[in-house]
Amino acid sequence: MPLTNQLRDDMLASVPSLRAFAISLSGNGDRADDLVQETLLRAIANIDSFQPGSNLPAWLFTILRNLFRSDYRKRRREVEDSEGNYAKTLKTQPSQSAHLEFEEFRAALDKLPQDQREALILVGASGFSYEDAAAICGCAVGTIKSRVNRARSKLSALLYVDGAEDFGPDNTVRAVIGGNG
Amino acid sequence: MKEVKPQASQPGAPRKQGGLNAEIQARIGHQLRAMYDDVVRQGVPDRFADLIRKLDEPGGQGGGDTEKNSGRD
Repeated sequence: MPLTNQLRDDMLASVPSLRAFAISLSGNGDRADDLVQETLLRAIANIDSFQPGSNLPAWLFTILRNLFRSDYRKRRREVEDSEGNYAKTLKTQPSQSAHLEFEEFRAALDKLPQDQREALILVGASGFSYEDAAAICGCAVGTIKSRVNRARSKLSALLYVDGAEDFGPDNTVRAVIGGNG
Repeated sequence: MKEVKPQASQPGAPRKQGGLNAEIQARIGHQLRAMYDDVVRQGVPDRFADLIRKLDEPGGQGGGDTEKNSGRD
Protein backbone atom coordinates (compact mmCIF):
# COMPACT_ATOMS: atom_id res chain seq x y z
CA MET A 1 0.00 0.00 0.00
CA PRO A 2 1.40 3.42 -0.95
CA LEU A 3 1.90 6.04 1.68
CA THR A 4 -1.21 8.10 1.26
CA ASN A 5 -2.05 11.28 3.11
CA GLN A 6 -4.65 9.36 5.01
CA LEU A 7 -2.07 6.87 6.16
CA ARG A 8 0.24 9.66 7.18
CA ASP A 9 -2.51 11.25 9.24
CA ASP A 10 -3.33 7.93 10.83
CA MET A 11 0.29 7.41 11.73
CA LEU A 12 0.50 10.80 13.33
CA ALA A 13 -2.66 10.08 15.23
CA SER A 14 -1.02 6.98 16.64
CA VAL A 15 2.04 8.84 17.88
CA PRO A 16 0.68 9.78 21.33
CA SER A 17 -0.21 6.22 22.21
CA LEU A 18 3.00 4.88 20.68
CA ARG A 19 4.92 7.23 22.95
CA ALA A 20 2.94 6.14 25.96
CA PHE A 21 3.61 2.52 25.12
CA ALA A 22 7.31 3.19 24.57
CA ILE A 23 7.65 5.07 27.84
CA SER A 24 5.77 2.37 29.70
CA LEU A 25 8.11 -0.23 28.27
CA SER A 26 11.39 1.57 28.61
CA GLY A 27 10.79 3.86 31.55
CA ASN A 28 12.81 6.51 29.79
CA GLY A 29 11.37 9.42 27.84
CA ASP A 30 14.29 10.10 25.54
CA ARG A 31 14.74 6.53 24.63
CA ALA A 32 11.02 6.19 24.13
CA ASP A 33 10.98 8.99 21.60
CA ASP A 34 13.87 7.42 19.74
CA LEU A 35 11.92 4.20 19.64
CA VAL A 36 8.87 5.96 18.27
CA GLN A 37 10.92 7.70 15.63
CA GLU A 38 12.50 4.47 14.53
CA THR A 39 9.10 2.81 14.53
CA LEU A 40 7.73 5.42 12.15
CA LEU A 41 10.73 5.13 9.86
CA ARG A 42 10.44 1.36 9.80
CA ALA A 43 6.75 1.55 9.17
CA ILE A 44 7.25 3.85 6.24
CA ALA A 45 10.05 1.77 4.81
CA ASN A 46 7.84 -1.30 5.04
CA ILE A 47 4.57 0.30 4.18
CA ASP A 48 4.12 -2.21 1.36
CA SER A 49 3.58 -4.94 3.88
CA PHE A 50 0.77 -3.09 5.60
CA GLN A 51 -2.62 -4.52 4.69
CA PRO A 52 -5.02 -1.71 3.80
CA GLY A 53 -7.95 -1.73 6.16
CA SER A 54 -6.17 -3.67 8.86
CA ASN A 55 -5.39 -2.29 12.26
CA LEU A 56 -2.73 0.38 11.81
CA PRO A 57 -2.11 1.04 15.51
CA ALA A 58 -1.65 -2.68 16.15
CA TRP A 59 0.80 -2.85 13.27
CA LEU A 60 2.78 0.11 14.58
CA PHE A 61 2.76 -1.28 18.11
CA THR A 62 4.12 -4.55 16.76
CA ILE A 63 7.00 -2.75 15.11
CA LEU A 64 7.74 -0.75 18.23
CA ARG A 65 7.62 -3.79 20.43
CA ASN A 66 10.02 -5.69 18.21
CA LEU A 67 12.40 -2.76 18.09
CA PHE A 68 12.30 -2.46 21.83
CA ARG A 69 12.99 -6.14 22.22
CA SER A 70 15.99 -6.18 19.95
CA ASP A 71 17.25 -3.02 21.57
CA TYR A 72 16.74 -4.59 24.94
CA ARG A 73 18.88 -7.52 24.05
CA LYS A 74 21.67 -5.19 23.10
CA ARG A 75 21.58 -2.84 26.00
CA ARG A 76 19.78 -4.63 28.81
CA ARG A 77 17.69 -2.50 31.04
CA GLU A 78 19.37 -0.70 33.87
CA VAL A 79 17.53 -2.78 36.42
CA GLU A 80 20.04 -2.19 39.16
CA ASP A 81 19.73 1.50 38.66
CA SER A 82 15.98 1.50 38.82
CA GLU A 83 16.15 -0.56 41.97
CA GLY A 84 18.51 1.95 43.43
CA ASN A 85 16.03 4.69 42.72
CA TYR A 86 13.29 2.60 44.12
CA ALA A 87 15.13 2.22 47.40
CA LYS A 88 15.69 5.96 47.50
CA THR A 89 12.03 6.73 47.03
CA LEU A 90 11.19 4.42 49.87
CA LYS A 91 13.44 6.33 52.20
CA THR A 92 11.92 9.66 51.34
CA GLN A 93 8.61 9.21 53.01
CA PRO A 94 7.45 12.84 53.24
CA SER A 95 4.71 14.89 51.73
CA GLN A 96 4.56 14.30 48.02
CA SER A 97 2.60 11.15 48.47
CA ALA A 98 1.03 11.25 45.02
CA HIS A 99 4.41 11.47 43.40
CA LEU A 100 5.71 8.78 45.67
CA GLU A 101 2.84 6.54 44.81
CA PHE A 102 3.57 7.06 41.15
CA GLU A 103 7.24 6.26 41.64
CA GLU A 104 6.35 3.13 43.51
CA PHE A 105 4.00 2.08 40.80
CA ARG A 106 6.59 2.73 38.14
CA ALA A 107 9.20 0.79 40.08
CA ALA A 108 6.86 -2.13 40.60
CA LEU A 109 6.00 -2.15 36.91
CA ASP A 110 9.69 -2.27 36.11
CA LYS A 111 10.06 -5.35 38.22
CA LEU A 112 7.66 -7.38 36.14
CA PRO A 113 9.08 -9.75 33.58
CA GLN A 114 9.01 -8.07 30.21
CA ASP A 115 6.40 -10.43 28.76
CA GLN A 116 4.01 -9.65 31.56
CA ARG A 117 4.65 -5.94 31.55
CA GLU A 118 3.95 -5.51 27.86
CA ALA A 119 0.84 -7.67 28.01
CA LEU A 120 -0.53 -5.70 30.91
CA ILE A 121 0.15 -2.37 29.23
CA LEU A 122 -1.36 -3.39 25.91
CA VAL A 123 -4.55 -4.69 27.48
CA GLY A 124 -4.84 -2.56 30.58
CA ALA A 125 -3.68 0.80 29.29
CA SER A 126 -3.58 0.85 25.48
CA GLY A 127 -6.99 -0.75 25.38
CA PHE A 128 -6.20 -3.48 22.87
CA SER A 129 -8.31 -6.60 22.87
CA TYR A 130 -6.67 -9.81 24.01
CA GLU A 131 -6.68 -10.86 20.36
CA ASP A 132 -4.87 -7.74 19.18
CA ALA A 133 -2.41 -7.95 22.03
CA ALA A 134 -1.70 -11.56 21.12
CA ALA A 135 -1.07 -10.56 17.53
CA ILE A 136 1.24 -7.76 18.62
CA CYS A 137 3.23 -10.07 20.86
CA GLY A 138 3.14 -12.98 18.46
CA CYS A 139 1.64 -15.43 20.89
CA ALA A 140 -1.64 -17.17 21.69
CA VAL A 141 -4.58 -15.35 23.20
CA GLY A 142 -4.51 -17.64 26.23
CA THR A 143 -0.88 -16.76 26.78
CA ILE A 144 -1.71 -13.06 26.85
CA LYS A 145 -4.50 -13.66 29.31
CA SER A 146 -2.30 -15.55 31.68
CA ARG A 147 0.48 -12.96 31.38
CA VAL A 148 -1.95 -10.20 32.21
CA ASN A 149 -3.23 -12.11 35.20
CA ARG A 150 0.22 -12.85 36.48
CA ALA A 151 1.24 -9.23 35.98
CA ARG A 152 -1.74 -8.04 37.99
CA SER A 153 -1.20 -10.37 40.86
CA LYS A 154 2.50 -9.63 40.97
CA LEU A 155 1.85 -5.90 40.99
CA SER A 156 -0.66 -6.21 43.76
CA ALA A 157 1.80 -8.28 45.76
CA LEU A 158 4.53 -5.72 45.22
CA LEU A 159 2.41 -2.68 45.89
CA TYR A 160 -0.24 -3.65 48.35
CA VAL A 161 -0.16 -7.04 49.93
CA ASP A 162 3.41 -7.09 51.25
CA GLY A 163 3.71 -3.37 51.15
CA ALA A 164 0.68 -2.26 53.08
CA GLU A 165 1.86 -3.56 56.40
CA ASP A 166 5.59 -3.72 55.98
CA PHE A 167 6.57 -0.15 55.44
CA GLY A 168 5.23 3.29 55.99
CA PRO A 169 5.60 5.68 58.89
CA ASP A 170 3.36 3.77 61.26
CA ASN A 171 5.51 0.77 61.08
CA THR A 172 8.67 2.77 61.59
CA VAL A 173 7.20 4.32 64.71
CA ARG A 174 6.17 0.94 65.94
CA ALA A 175 9.64 -0.41 65.31
CA VAL A 176 11.22 2.43 67.27
CA ILE A 177 8.86 2.00 70.18
CA GLY A 178 9.32 -1.72 70.10
CA GLY A 179 13.08 -1.28 70.10
CA ASN A 180 12.85 0.69 73.31
CA GLY A 181 11.09 -1.95 75.29
CA MET B 1 -6.02 -10.43 76.56
CA LYS B 2 -3.20 -9.24 74.36
CA GLU B 3 -3.50 -11.90 71.75
CA VAL B 4 -6.16 -11.28 69.17
CA LYS B 5 -6.81 -14.40 67.27
CA PRO B 6 -7.96 -14.02 63.70
CA GLN B 7 -11.58 -14.95 63.60
CA ALA B 8 -13.49 -15.35 60.42
CA SER B 9 -16.69 -14.13 62.02
CA GLN B 10 -15.31 -10.73 63.04
CA PRO B 11 -17.57 -8.19 61.39
CA GLY B 12 -15.28 -5.15 61.32
CA ALA B 13 -12.42 -6.38 59.20
CA PRO B 14 -13.11 -8.45 56.13
CA ARG B 15 -9.50 -9.19 55.32
CA LYS B 16 -10.24 -11.80 52.75
CA GLN B 17 -7.70 -11.89 49.94
CA GLY B 18 -10.40 -12.06 47.31
CA GLY B 19 -12.31 -8.99 48.43
CA LEU B 20 -9.16 -6.98 48.79
CA ASN B 21 -8.09 -8.11 45.39
CA ALA B 22 -10.93 -6.54 43.46
CA GLU B 23 -10.23 -3.20 45.03
CA ILE B 24 -6.51 -3.50 44.47
CA GLN B 25 -6.99 -4.55 40.88
CA ALA B 26 -9.16 -1.53 40.25
CA ARG B 27 -6.49 0.65 41.75
CA ILE B 28 -3.76 -0.89 39.67
CA GLY B 29 -5.83 -0.42 36.54
CA HIS B 30 -6.39 3.17 37.45
CA GLN B 31 -2.71 3.87 38.07
CA LEU B 32 -1.68 2.14 34.90
CA ARG B 33 -4.05 4.22 32.82
CA ALA B 34 -3.13 7.40 34.64
CA MET B 35 0.52 6.86 33.83
CA TYR B 36 -0.26 6.04 30.22
CA ASP B 37 -2.80 8.76 29.58
CA ASP B 38 -0.48 11.32 31.02
CA VAL B 39 1.79 10.71 28.05
CA VAL B 40 -1.03 10.40 25.53
CA ARG B 41 -2.27 13.83 26.53
CA GLN B 42 1.04 15.36 25.54
CA GLY B 43 -0.07 14.93 21.94
CA VAL B 44 2.31 14.82 19.02
CA PRO B 45 5.69 16.48 19.60
CA ASP B 46 6.94 18.61 16.70
CA ARG B 47 9.70 16.16 16.12
CA PHE B 48 7.25 13.60 14.81
CA ALA B 49 5.03 15.98 12.96
CA ASP B 50 8.12 17.20 11.12
CA LEU B 51 9.27 13.69 10.44
CA ILE B 52 6.01 12.69 8.85
CA ARG B 53 5.75 15.92 6.92
CA LYS B 54 9.18 15.45 5.41
CA LEU B 55 8.05 12.15 4.01
CA ASP B 56 6.07 14.14 1.52
CA GLU B 57 9.22 14.31 -0.47
CA PRO B 58 9.31 11.46 -2.95
CA GLY B 59 12.34 9.26 -3.12
CA GLY B 60 11.90 6.62 -0.48
CA GLN B 61 9.29 4.59 -2.19
CA GLY B 62 10.25 4.52 -5.85
CA GLY B 63 7.47 7.05 -6.31
CA GLY B 64 3.88 5.93 -6.39
CA ASP B 65 2.24 9.25 -5.78
CA THR B 66 4.65 11.77 -7.16
CA GLU B 67 2.37 14.56 -8.13
CA LYS B 68 3.43 17.55 -10.15
CA ASN B 69 6.22 19.13 -8.22
CA SER B 70 8.91 16.57 -8.03
CA GLY B 71 12.40 17.83 -7.31
CA ARG B 72 11.87 21.50 -7.97
CA ASP B 73 14.40 23.75 -6.46
